[in-house]
Amino acid sequence: MADAPPGVQGEGFFAGKLSDVVGLARANSLWPLPFATSCCGIEFMATMASHYDVARFGSERMSFSPRQADMLLVMGTIAKKMAPVLRQVYEQMAEPRWVISVGACACSGGIFDTYSVLQGIDKVIPVDVYVPGCPPRPEQILDGILQLQELVKNESVRRRSSPEYVELLASYNIK
Amino acid sequence: MQSTQVDFIPILIQFLLASGFVGTTIIISSFLGPRRQSARKDKNFECGIESVGNARTPFSIKYFLVAILFVLFDVEVIFMYPWAVNFREMGVEGMIKMGIFMSLLVVGFFYVMKKKGLEWE
Repeated sequence: MADAPPGVQGEGFFAGKLSDVVGLARANSLWPLPFATSCCGIEFMATMASHYDVARFGSERMSFSPRQADMLLVMGTIAKKMAPVLRQVYEQMAEPRWVISVGACACSGGIFDTYSVLQGIDKVIPVDVYVPGCPPRPEQILDGILQLQELVKNESVRRRSSPEYVELLASYNIK
Repeated sequence: MQSTQVDFIPILIQFLLASGFVGTTIIISSFLGPRRQSARKDKNFECGIESVGNARTPFSIKYFLVAILFVLFDVEVIFMYPWAVNFREMGVEGMIKMGIFMSLLVVGFFYVMKKKGLEWE
């Protein structure tokens, strides 16, 4: 169970900051959208399964449609032909949305330093958390999700409508 | 115990509160939540692939015919299950009744075949 945010507590009431409560709710109900293209995806399958059990952190439901997902997990080599597909999937997610780049290939192209492979997904979409490894162990993926939860908890509720954020998306040519 | 119409006002208030809560939360969340709209976002989700053509194209009626005939004979088999379970109790009489039912359907089945309903080409 998540701890209550700081606030004033009394008999039958709790007073705190709305942003804390919104952050708490968002952080503990991140619905993942797995975008698995290679072996890191297999590690993520282990992360989803009973032994590592990502459901313990509120990510019970895998979403295979971007419309009901909060957290895009990109796992694997993204070829340049795949880049527009990835961007389309990211763009079709509802706000607020976060991205975790899992594995060396998604983070930087990994060992595939070649003309056909995208050298890191941050060339096409903004990334929040990078998980290194080739492939990373399930514990590392879980750590990435926990790091993202920290980011989500502390994110300002106004961030998504701020001019900085609009500018960031515009730099990726996303409206 | 007598009850007047006035006694039911709390139920009305309950209804108003419930529908009011639902309405307000839907309206408020659309104002408070962050949102972003673009032509690409509003497109159908096709796993990120560009969609081709229109989904509302006419397709062969044969498909429909085979599907509806399947449903018809599928339901017929469902009727046979309770009869099979009570086969002993129903005895010869049940057997005759089921025979009549089946023969009617077999006539229909031959009619469909004669009309070339199951021929695909």
